[in-house]
Amino acid sequence: TRYTESPFTQKMAAEREPPPLGDGDHTDFRELDDAEDLFASTVSTLESSPSSPEPASLPAEDISTKPNGPKAAQILLDDDQEDLFAEATEEVSLDSPERDAILSSDSTPAITPVTPTTLVTPRMEPKSLSASDLFDISKDEIEEELNGDTFDISVSVSDPEKVGDGMNAYLAYRVTTKTSLAMFNSSEFSVKRRFSDFLGLHGKLASKYMHIGYIVPPAPEKSIVGMTKVKVSKEDPSSAEFVEKRRAALERYLQRTVKHPTLLQDPDLRQFLESSELPRAVSTQALSGAGILRMVNKAADAVNKMTIKMNESDAWFEEKQQQFENLDQQLRKLHASVEALVCHRKELSANTSAFAKSAAMLGNSEDHTALSRALSQLAEVEEKIDQLHQEQAYADFYLFSELLGDYIRLITAVKGVFDQRMKCWQKWQDAQATLLKKREAEAKLQYGGKPDKLQQAKEEIREWESKVQQGEREFEQISKTIRKEVGRFEKDRVKDFKAVIIKYLESLVHTQQQLIKYWEAFLPEAKAIA
Amino acid sequence: MEDNQEIVADNSKPRTVSVDLQADPSLQVEISDAVSERDKVKFTVHTKTNLTHFKRSEFSVVRQHEEFIWLHDAYTENEDYAGIIIPSTPPKPDFEASREKLQKLGEGDGSMTREEFAKMKQELEAEYLAIFKKTVAMHEVFLQRLAAHPVLRKDHNFYVFLEYDQDLSVRGKNRKEILGGFLKNIVKSADEVLITGLSGTKEVDEFFEHERTFLVEYHNRVKDACMKVDKMTRSHKNVAEDYIPIASALNALGTQETSHLNKNLLKLGELLEKLRKLEGRVASDEDLKLSDLLRYYTRDSQAAKDLLYRRLRSLADYENANKALDKARMKNKDVKLMETQQQICCQKFEKLSDSAKQELINFRARRVAAFRKNMIELTELELKHAKASMLLVRNGLIALKGDQ
Repeated sequence: TRYTESPFTQKMAAEREPPPLGDGDHTDFRELDDAEDLFASTVSTLESSPSSPEPASLPAEDISTKPNGPKAAQILLDDDQEDLFAEATEEVSLDSPERDAILSSDSTPAITPVTPTTLVTPRMEPKSLSASDLFDISKDEIEEELNGDTFDISVSVSDPEKVGDGMNAYLAYRVTTKTSLAMFNSSEFSVKRRFSDFLGLHGKLASKYMHIGYIVPPAPEKSIVGMTKVKVSKEDPSSAEFVEKRRAALERYLQRTVKHPTLLQDPDLRQFLESSELPRAVSTQALSGAGILRMVNKAADAVNKMTIKMNESDAWFEEKQQQFENLDQQLRKLHASVEALVCHRKELSANTSAFAKSAAMLGNSEDHTALSRALSQLAEVEEKIDQLHQEQAYADFYLFSELLGDYIRLITAVKGVFDQRMKCWQKWQDAQATLLKKREAEAKLQYGGKPDKLQQAKEEIREWESKVQQGEREFEQISKTIRKEVGRFEKDRVKDFKAVIIKYLESLVHTQQQLIKYWEAFLPEAKAIA
Repeated sequence: MEDNQEIVADNSKPRTVSVDLQADPSLQVEISDAVSERDKVKFTVHTKTNLTHFKRSEFSVVRQHEEFIWLHDAYTENEDYAGIIIPSTPPKPDFEASREKLQKLGEGDGSMTREEFAKMKQELEAEYLAIFKKTVAMHEVFLQRLAAHPVLRKDHNFYVFLEYDQDLSVRGKNRKEILGGFLKNIVKSADEVLITGLSGTKEVDEFFEHERTFLVEYHNRVKDACMKVDKMTRSHKNVAEDYIPIASALNALGTQETSHLNKNLLKLGELLEKLRKLEGRVASDEDLKLSDLLRYYTRDSQAAKDLLYRRLRSLADYENANKALDKARMKNKDVKLMETQQQICCQKFEKLSDSAKQELINFRARRVAAFRKNMIELTELELKHAKASMLLVRNGLIALKGDQ
């Protein structure tokens, strides 16, 4: 019930030529390359922590005991799969190939025209209480429960391991899931995944859900330069930092994805988390996070270029779009400033360390004993302070800078979803226009005396009438979904930012506390010079 | 500890190089005013004295940097002072970098808000002022050390410098100075050879042997430390300045924010704005207490090395005179003359050595006192700022958590 299809979307998605190779470097989003050059090898490796600074484990909530809980949903889901195929509804459309992603347990790429014969609509059919209706009800109920933002699932990404040699090498990450949700086979499990697997997952989710209004969290960006360094070089600080940055980004990406009540139930996501073997995602050159979004957005851009007049009920949408536009600009500005801070703080750390060494040398050559001792102590203090600067830079980056980067990318997804709605509206309008033409054509034929053609025309009219109805339904559905999604997104955004602000301030307090400790220990040493 | 006029007094004026040079009321010199013009600085040198040599007991003259150089050179070129560490010239006033920054800001890129611009301007002006204050302090200390030194204060050129209220017309010397400076450097490298012991001149005195080894290494290391601390201080300033656009962006975000996240954003912006002032002070205190100290002792240790050069040259002269005497005795020609020469050289050398020893002992005492004072003051300031910063952020945290 999640993947309604239309020839329009399908063709747009499938027939667009993949973006040129290595396009990951020229995305709208800030490229990783710049960042890793800042992390010059003069600075010692930052400690990598296995889990992200984001609030990791969510409080456990025992959902499974509820009568209409996930257990029920799971059963229904399985049945649903059968039903979709067994039930051929009236909605079959001759020229609408449907992707049946739910059954994609083989290695088909995410976006492929498949030709099953059922049209699955996102809305309940008024005619009967089909399995899909029951599923819908319970799904909504689950969503309500899950909407309380306490999911009992947490995901972590850890232990990056280099696999293979030379330019064919890649990094495999351990993805560990801890959960008590019954839809999973066990309560704790882990798998090995590589970066392209994450991209593949995102590609599938985006192509399934974005065009019906869901805000799908974007995957981290590719980085040709970053990865080449890792492949080619031995252990060096800048590639270690790159790997840690990527690991943390992948973890945040998964955390956001599983936090989404609808996405959490997607079988591709489950397969990603659970299956020991995952079919290799093909065409991930085409499927970079930004690539997907661009594909989805480009179509919408074309739509936007036309003058689209929408009616009053859209005031909310216009308002929200403007808000997100402003937010985007502000975040980008802030992000650039924070990046400058990270850079300078790393420089400060390097310069402090150099000074510490120089002070130690000076202390060695000083021939007054007490002064010599004090200078050596000063050198030690500065060495410790260098450590502090590194830790603070780490916080500046992983707490502050990456949060902003993530949200800039997320807002692009939000904007994409709004554009999808426009597309959807346009499609509906087009259907209405076509219907009108068909009616006119039929009216002409009334007096033409060609009974065959008249019959065909009447059939076409019926066909387009249902298309118009469908268009309207889809438009209403996507509007409803977007309203809900934006509400959820905003809630998450407020929560994320609040948490990070507190954490960041705590890092600042810690730094000052340590400074006080170090200088207080040094003061008597300085006074002891006689 | 030697009884030394230059012992630290706790209520001394805040001098970066620690020594209170105003302890002696018979001759007190200070720079009471300074004006920075386009390409020069005019210092007003104010003297208070009860020495009978001067015409009045209190007077002022206006001097420029070149005149300080002239005075310094007058001392170093005077053989009578060969056994004394001559206070090094103050560095030339250099506002170039700061001026450039201010200019760039003025031409500006449109990316800054008016607030940000005002804050940056404030920062740069403060920086300009700090550089200005420093150059005044450096020139002042130079004069004060001269006034405090029992021998140097009696120099005729010094009186002229302090009292003669006309222009000293030394600026024409510039070209000569440059040439002179060039020659000086050549001589200096020869001196380096002498002092590093490559020339074969035998050092017999353990004290001076130790001082030579010590000073050569010390000078290089204090020079290096000064360079490194300068870089560190600059980085620190950059970090502090980075808070400005961040605070500004947070304010903009907070103002636009419709949810109650706005409070958090505004609070963080406000905190960072205050924090940057504290960070800026940490940076400038490091500059004053560490950077200036190390820079001063780079120069002073060079002056001490120069003293050692002079002594070794005098020793070389003495050795040559000895050789000449031996030769004369062998040839039995000009013996009396050579004997006199040899005696003169011997006396010169011994007088120089005695004076040098005392000077080097004083240098050590001065150095230790200066480092002690500055390291204590630096630590106390760092503690003060860290405590203030911590309090600031902690209170902010409490306010934010309370609102959750």
